[in-house]
Amino acid sequence: MTEHQNGTGQQSSAAPAIELRGISKAFGPVQANKDISISVQPGTIHGIIGENGAGKSTLMSILYGFYKADEGQVFINGQETQIPDSQAAIRAGIGMVFQHFKLVENFSVLENVILGVEEGALLRPSLAKARKELKALAEEYELRVDPDALIEDLGVGKQQRVEILKALYRQADILILDEPTGVLTPAEADHLFRILDGLRAQGKTIILITHKLREIMEYTDTVSVMRRGQMTDTVKTKDTSPEKLAELMVGRKVLLSVDKVPAKPGENVLEIENLRVIDDQGVERVKGIDLNVRAGEILGIAGVSGNGQSELMEVLGGYAQATGSVRLKGQELDLTGKKSDARSRRERGIAHVPEDRQSRGLIMEFPAWQNMIFGYHNDPEIQKNALLMDNSKMVEITQDKMDRFDVRPPHPHLAAKSFSGGNQQKIIVAREIERNPDLLIVGQPTRGVDIGAIEFIHKQIVALRDQGKAILLVSVELEEILSLSDRIAVMFDGHIMGERMPADTNEQELGLLMAGENGSGENGGQA
Amino acid sequence: MDFLTIIQILDSALRMATPLLLACLAGLISERSGIFDIGLEGKILVSAFFSAAVASLTGSVWLGLLAGVTVSVVFSLVHGMASITFRGNQLISGVALNFLASGLTVLVGETWFGLGGRTPTLEGAERFNPITLPFADALRDVPILGPIYSTLLSGHTLLVYVALLLVPTVWYVLYRTRFGLRMRAVGENPAAVDTAGISVIRLRYTAMVIAGVLCGLAGIYLATGLSSGFGKEMSAGRGFIALAALIFAKWKPVPALGATLLFGLLQAIAIRYPKIDLGFITLPSQFMEALPYILTVIILAGFIGKAIPPKAGGQPYVKER
Amino acid sequence: MDKMPKWADVALIPFLNLTLAFAISMAVIAAIGQDPFEAVKLMVTGALGSSYGWGYTLYYATNFIFTGLAVSIAFQAALFNIGGEGQAVLGGLGVALVCLYIPFPHWTVAILFAMLGGALFGALWAAIPAYLQAKRGSHVVITTIMFNFIAASLLNYVLVNLLRPKGSMDPASARFPETTNLPTFHDLLSPFGIAFSKSAPVNVSFIVAVVACIVVYLLLFRSRIGYEIRSFGQSQSASVYAGISPVKITMIAMLLSGGLAGMMSINNTMGESERLILNSVEGAGFIGIAVALMGRNHPFGVFLAALLFGFLYQGGGELALWLSIPRELVLVIQGLVILFTGALDNMIRMPVERAFIRAAKRAEARDAKQKEA
Repeated sequence: MTEHQNGTGQQSSAAPAIELRGISKAFGPVQANKDISISVQPGTIHGIIGENGAGKSTLMSILYGFYKADEGQVFINGQETQIPDSQAAIRAGIGMVFQHFKLVENFSVLENVILGVEEGALLRPSLAKARKELKALAEEYELRVDPDALIEDLGVGKQQRVEILKALYRQADILILDEPTGVLTPAEADHLFRILDGLRAQGKTIILITHKLREIMEYTDTVSVMRRGQMTDTVKTKDTSPEKLAELMVGRKVLLSVDKVPAKPGENVLEIENLRVIDDQGVERVKGIDLNVRAGEILGIAGVSGNGQSELMEVLGGYAQATGSVRLKGQELDLTGKKSDARSRRERGIAHVPEDRQSRGLIMEFPAWQNMIFGYHNDPEIQKNALLMDNSKMVEITQDKMDRFDVRPPHPHLAAKSFSGGNQQKIIVAREIERNPDLLIVGQPTRGVDIGAIEFIHKQIVALRDQGKAILLVSVELEEILSLSDRIAVMFDGHIMGERMPADTNEQELGLLMAGENGSGENGGQA
Repeated sequence: MDFLTIIQILDSALRMATPLLLACLAGLISERSGIFDIGLEGKILVSAFFSAAVASLTGSVWLGLLAGVTVSVVFSLVHGMASITFRGNQLISGVALNFLASGLTVLVGETWFGLGGRTPTLEGAERFNPITLPFADALRDVPILGPIYSTLLSGHTLLVYVALLLVPTVWYVLYRTRFGLRMRAVGENPAAVDTAGISVIRLRYTAMVIAGVLCGLAGIYLATGLSSGFGKEMSAGRGFIALAALIFAKWKPVPALGATLLFGLLQAIAIRYPKIDLGFITLPSQFMEALPYILTVIILAGFIGKAIPPKAGGQPYVKER
Repeated sequence: MDKMPKWADVALIPFLNLTLAFAISMAVIAAIGQDPFEAVKLMVTGALGSSYGWGYTLYYATNFIFTGLAVSIAFQAALFNIGGEGQAVLGGLGVALVCLYIPFPHWTVAILFAMLGGALFGALWAAIPAYLQAKRGSHVVITTIMFNFIAASLLNYVLVNLLRPKGSMDPASARFPETTNLPTFHDLLSPFGIAFSKSAPVNVSFIVAVVACIVVYLLLFRSRIGYEIRSFGQSQSASVYAGISPVKITMIAMLLSGGLAGMMSINNTMGESERLILNSVEGAGFIGIAVALMGRNHPFGVFLAALLFGFLYQGGGELALWLSIPRELVLVIQGLVILFTGALDNMIRMPVERAFIRAAKRAEARDAKQKEA
C-alpha cells in the first residue's frame, strides 16, 4: 500500500476529513472489499476510480452506514466513528448521492428533503423551514429546483440536484457521489462539476466515484484506484496520467484499440426510415430517425443512456412497437402487428445481445444449457418429436459452445447466476453470434465485464463483421464506440444528431453531439 | 319505498359497513407501508372469536376487546415477521394466516365451549350495547332530520362511532404528520427511507401493529356489536370485501369510507330484499350475495378508473448491492 | 458459487420447514388438552392402518393431486391462483352436466367426457381472471378470490333453482345414471383376488391423477410450452426478449391450472357422491396451495405432498371421531405448512445457508493449510 500524500498544500496540517483503515466486507462467498485503507483531506475532491464491480460502491456504502463492514475502522476528522446506520453517517456529516436516486417519486421536492430530518411530529413547521433553507442553498450553490414539484415530473439532472440538496440540508460536510454523470448529458455534467467546485470552495470534502478517466483527470485533486475489491494506489491527480490510471485499474496495459482490418461494406442490410417509438407512458422516445447498416460493417450508436437507443433496440429486437419503416434486406419488418414479436425477428435473421443481460438476456435461475437455447427454443434441431424437446441434444450443443467460447467453468448444468458477468455475457454472445444472423444488434456488450472477456467479445463481433454480417452496436462507452465502429451515429433526445467516421472524429466532437450541440451545422436526423 | 324504510336500510348499511371500514383502514395502513395484507379475513376472524370468548368467560366486553386486539396484533406481527424480517411472499403468508384463523377459532372454541365452534350468546356487559346520542328521543319526531338523527346516526355501538372518527384521524396522520410522511415513503420507496437514516423495519412493524389493532376492532365489532357472540367462519369474506374497498378507494382514507359504505349498503339491501324484482328480471338472492365480489372484479378490471397500488407493495426490502 | 448443495435445497430445507410446522401442530394439540402422541398414533392407524383408511387417504390425496398440480402450474408462471376452490366447484358442475345429460354406455367413455367437462368448466372459471391479469393487469390473486365467492353463489343458485329434482329439499342434483359410476379400488382389485375395503371411496380417478402428474411433469420440464411457462415465471422481461408472449403464457398457464382444478371433480362428484352437492370441494382447492408449496411446484413433489395431506385429512377425521379434536385441526396444520414452507422459508434457509458457507470456508482454509504443508 502506498504512503498517502497530504491533500493539497494548504490543508496539510489538518486531520483527514475521512480515514478508513483496513475495511473488509464480504457478501456471502464474494469478497467485495479487502483490507482497504484510504485517507481524504478536507476541502478536496477525491476521486475513486475502478472498473464495474471493483468494490467502489460497496466501500462508500459502508462509509454511509448502508452496509456494515466485517472489519476495519472509520475516522471522521481524526475521531474514530462508528457508523452502524445511515442515521449515524448523517450525524457525522456525511451525505451520499447514490447512482440510483433514493427519492420518493410521488412526493414533492420539499417532502423528499425533510424526510428523516423532520422537526417534530407535525409536518407543517418542517416544510416551512425547509422551504426557506432551500431558497438560501439555491442561491449559494446554483442549485435551483422548484420546491413543490413532484419528483416524477423532474428530469434526472434536477433529481440529482434534489439529492445534493438533501445532503446539504442535513448539513453534510462530506459529500459522496456515486457515478454521478452516468445519466447526465455533458452539459448537465459540467453544471454538476461547477456545483461541486463551489462546494469545495466552501470547504466541503467531496468523494467522486467514477469509472471515467476524464472526470478524474479534470476535476479531482487526488485519486484512489480500486481493483477487485482492493485499493491499488492513491496518488495526486496532477502527478498521474490516464494511461497510468488505466493500468492500475485493470492490472496490465490495456489495448484500447481493437485489431481489425478496414471494413468492406456491401449492400444495405438494415434500412430505417422515419422510425418513431412511443413508450408506455406515452412519451415519444425515438423521434423519427433514419439509419442504415450495411453488410460487413459495424455501425456504432453513441449517446448518453436514455436518449432513445434502448427503444431503438427494443423495436429491432421485437419487444416494442413503433411507426415508420424498417427494412431487412429489402423486406419490410412488421412494427406493430402479429409479426412484430421477438420470435419473428429471430426467424427473420436478427440476433440480439440485449443491454441488460440479467433481466433480459438470461434466466438467472436456469442452467446454462437452458439459457443457450433461450429465444431459439422452437428450433427443429432441438425437438425430439412434436411434443417434447431433446434435452440431451441441448446439453451437447451447450457444451460445444462453452468450449469454443471459453466460458468458464464449462459446465452446462450450472445455473446462469453462478457465472461471472463476463462469462454470462459470453453465453449470450455464443448463443446469438452462432445463429449466423444477417443482422446482429448488440447493446452495451461489455458493461460489467472483465477486461479479458471484453477483448474476446470484441474479437467475436469483429469476426462476425468480417464474415459480411451487419452489426448495430449501441454503447454508452465512447471508447468502445470509437475503437469498434466502422461508422458512428450519435443519438440525442430521440434524434440522430449526425454520423461520423471514427478516423475523422474524436471524443470532444462526439461529446458535443451527445449533448445535442450540432456543431457543424449539419442537419443530422432531425426531421 | 317510503322514507323510513330508506332510513332503516341506511342504518343497517352503516352497521354492515363498520367492520368493512375498520378492516379497510387496517389494510390501508399496512399496504401504504408496503405490505400486502390478504390476511385481513383471518385477523377479523380470530379477533371476533377471542373477543367473544373472553367477554363470555369474564363477563366484560372490555377484556374481550383487549383479547381481540391482542390476538389480531399477534397475527399481524407473524405476517410482519414473514414479510419484513424473512422477506417471504406476503400473499402466501396472508393465505396461511387465514387458514390458521379458520382452524384455530373452531379448535379452541370447541375445546372451551363445546358448542360446535360457537361461543355462548353474549348478553349485557358482555357486548357493546347501543349508545343513544343526546336528544335522540326528543328529536325523533322532527320531520326528515329527526329520523336521520335518531335512527340512522343514534343508537349504534361505540365501535361504529370509533370507526367513523378513525377516517379523519387516519387521514390526518397520513398526510399531516411525520409518521405519515415516513409511512407513505416506505410504501413507495423504502430505499429512500433507509438512506434518510430511518429504519424501514421499525416503520413497517409499527404499521403492522396499527393494522392489527384496527383489524382487531373489526372482528370485535362483528362478534360483540353487530352480533352477540361468535359463530364459525363469521367473517364471511369481509376481509376480502374490505380489500376490494381499499382498491376501490385507491388506498385513500376518505374514499375508503365511501367504498365501505357502498359495500355495506349492498349487504343491507341483500338482507332486506333477498330477491329483487326489477320488472323484466328477478335478481335471485345468490346474485345479491355475490354482488360485492362481482363489483370488485369490475373495479379491478379497471373499468372504473385505474387503481395504482403503492409502488413498493408486496416487495420485501433488500438493500441493493 | 452456489450457497449450498442441491440436496439441501430440495430435501433438507423442506424437511426442516415441515418438522417445524408439525411440531407446532403437536403443541397446539397439547395446548387444547389432548395428548399429541396419542393423536399421531390414532391418525396413523386411522389413515394407514387398514385398507379402509388407505382408501380414504388415497381418495383425499386424489383431490389434492389435482388441485396441487393446478396451483403448481400457475406458480411456475409466477401466477398465484387462489381460485382452485371455485374452479373445482365449477368443474363439478361440468362433470354433473356431462353425467346427467349425456347417455353413456360405459364408465370408461363417461370418465373421458367427464374429465373434459370438468376441465372445460374449471378452465372457463379461470379464464376471466386470467384475461383480466393478462390484458388489464388486474391482480389474479384478488380476482380469483372473488371468483371463489361468486362460484359458491352460482352453484347454490344452480342447485336450488335448476338442478334440484322436483320434490327434493336437498340442494343437490339428481343421482347420476348407473353407467357413469366409477369403479372403486374394491371393484378394480377384487377380480385379482386382492381384498380392498368396499366402503372406501378411492376409485379409478386416483390412477388418472397419477397419470396427470406424469403428464404435467412432461409438459413443464420437457415441452416447449413448459419451457416458456417456466421462463415467464422466472423473468417476464427476459421472456419478452425471447419472444414469449406474456398474454399467451398467462392465459395458457391459468387455463391449464383451472382445468386441472376442475378435473378434480371426477373424483369427488362422479366417483364419490355420484351427484352434485353443495359442499363437494370441501376446501381441496385451498389445500392445493399447501400441497404445491410443499411439493416445490414439482409434479412429483406434489404427489408426495398430496399423499401427506390425504393422510392428514383422513387422520384428522379419525381424531374428530375418537378424541373430540375437531376436523379443523387440519386447517391449522395446513396453515402452518403454508406459513413455514411458503412464507417463512427464509427463517430456516438463512441459517442453513450460513452454516454451509461457513463449512465451505473452513474446508477451504483446511485445504490451503494442507497445500502449504
